[in-house]
Amino acid sequence: MSPRKLVPIGVFAAFMAAFPWIVAPFESVSHYTDVMVFAGIFCLVTIGLSLLMGFAGQISLAQAAFFGIGAYVSAILTGRFGWNPWAAMPAGAVVCAAVAWIVGVPALRLKGHYLAMATLGFGVIVHIILNEEVEWTGGPSGMVDIPGLSIAGTPLLSETAWYYLVWTFVAAALLFSYHVLHSRVGRALRAIHEEEKAAEAMGVPVASYKVQVFVYSAVLASLAGSLYTHYVTFLTPSSFDLMWSIRFVLMVVVGGMQSLWGALLGTVFLTFVGNEWLQVFADFEVLVYGAILLLVVLWVPQGLVVWMQERLRLRRAADLSRSE
Amino acid sequence: MDSIGFGAAWLQYALGGITVGAIYALVAIGYNIIYNVTEIINFAQGEFVMLGGLFAVFFHETCGFPMLPAFLAAVAAVALTGLILERYVIRKARHATVLSMIIITIAFSILLKGGAMLVWGRDPYRLPAFSGSGSILWNGVAIQPQALWVLAVSGTIVACLTIFFQRSVYGKAMLACADNPAAARLVGIPVRTMIFLSFMLSAAIGAAAGVAITPITLMEYDRGALLGLKGFGAAVLGGLGQFFGALVAGLLLGLAESFCAGYVSSGYKDAVALVLLLLALFFKPEGLFGSKEAAGLKRF
Repeated sequence: MSPRKLVPIGVFAAFMAAFPWIVAPFESVSHYTDVMVFAGIFCLVTIGLSLLMGFAGQISLAQAAFFGIGAYVSAILTGRFGWNPWAAMPAGAVVCAAVAWIVGVPALRLKGHYLAMATLGFGVIVHIILNEEVEWTGGPSGMVDIPGLSIAGTPLLSETAWYYLVWTFVAAALLFSYHVLHSRVGRALRAIHEEEKAAEAMGVPVASYKVQVFVYSAVLASLAGSLYTHYVTFLTPSSFDLMWSIRFVLMVVVGGMQSLWGALLGTVFLTFVGNEWLQVFADFEVLVYGAILLLVVLWVPQGLVVWMQERLRLRRAADLSRSE
Repeated sequence: MDSIGFGAAWLQYALGGITVGAIYALVAIGYNIIYNVTEIINFAQGEFVMLGGLFAVFFHETCGFPMLPAFLAAVAAVALTGLILERYVIRKARHATVLSMIIITIAFSILLKGGAMLVWGRDPYRLPAFSGSGSILWNGVAIQPQALWVLAVSGTIVACLTIFFQRSVYGKAMLACADNPAAARLVGIPVRTMIFLSFMLSAAIGAAAGVAITPITLMEYDRGALLGLKGFGAAVLGGLGQFFGALVAGLLLGLAESFCAGYVSSGYKDAVALVLLLLALFFKPEGLFGSKEAAGLKRF
């Protein structure tokens, strides 16, 4: 990474680290730390989805299902079997990876519309299972009294502590994804997005890379689900339905599919829209999401972050040519 | 329960299965019409069914129209929605990638769903049956007259479509667009008009299915996605683009679902059609009646 790129990232990191202290003194926004915990959890999901959609060019409408599998595996292992949450989390990730692999191998041979429908169908099936297996999942009324997390014997109680934990996960996921994108694999993914047959001809193992990204995105979603479980300590299947899968796609698309920062910003923005600003108009929520998604795809298909970057670059170029 | 023997129960499930199956077949035909002309899968297809049912409730219950005008008005209103989708959304995005096109029709579908929730709220609505409310007892099987209406409506639509595509100039022009849009344009077929027609036609068919099924199952704002998904299952199973295949596959899905609800578990009945959809996509994406070469040529 060039030093010029590091400066804004450093400023961003400093802002994120100071965020709970910035909002704490102001009564009306002090609960933003709590909203940011949710935003961070969703960011884990959308970073994976951004890799899958923006870079490998494959759509998934099943991310809420993987999020749900992670959440329920954690909840069941800790609540029913008394596992340590830190052991249940990787267990959930392993289950998710296995499920994603089993579904992904045949599904990712499909393209475009077929892949979208296949992941959609899979997501709905998982949702039905969460509703029907009452003995394990509590059915539609859900599960309560799920234990919280603790680090080295100290239970994580404050929102600020959760904020740092969740965003540490996000930072790690970002860093890892960044390195994946700037490696051999990342270049291969972009080649697949550009033209699958050409990539195949150049010796890129297209099928296996696509499945690997799919599994990676499922694992991230599963970790997010585990964190979510232990943060809210109760679960109902309605948090993992089709609408949530569409929300995750929306978060990635609004920010910009082909940019990890886009996924990050889109997620934070839409979490605030959903959790904060639209609470008063709960009935409008679905309508507003549809409208935002439609407007963005029709008018700024590259996403807001990429659009702003392009505008900045244009202005800089214009300034340069004027000063010459 | 002794009076209802095994045979009667079997017949009862079969009848229920054929009724919902006919609806899935209509949804599948809706997908096929748009797909054939544009190679787009319209993710809002299920919402057309939902809107059809709710508009019929509006015209019949709120405005006090008799049933037939209410039916026609609901179909016209949803056809208008299809027109808006094509004219203001799809046409604007005609150069979009497949990924964007998927997201666009999904966005439109949640727009319709959100709109319906605002207008009609979250409660399910009932609509009286087209004729008579009691059920006819036949060989120990209770038949709802509305089930017969559903079959009659579906049968009429399939018959009309067959005549439309085989005899009328517009129908033949639409098939030509499906076959080869460039060649169709060269011989003077206004491809754009055909695309526009396909969206209206497919919305109208979805709406008719919605009106017909509402007296049996009620209708609420969030029914669209599942209906759409199952209809798509029927479309894939029958071979995408094939009308006859869609009909047979729709009925098969309906039967499978109904027997699962009767003999296995009613909670998992919705999953049956989806599992069949996944199996079809994974192992036989060209469908039961499509050819492998034709499937290879399709753009997704």
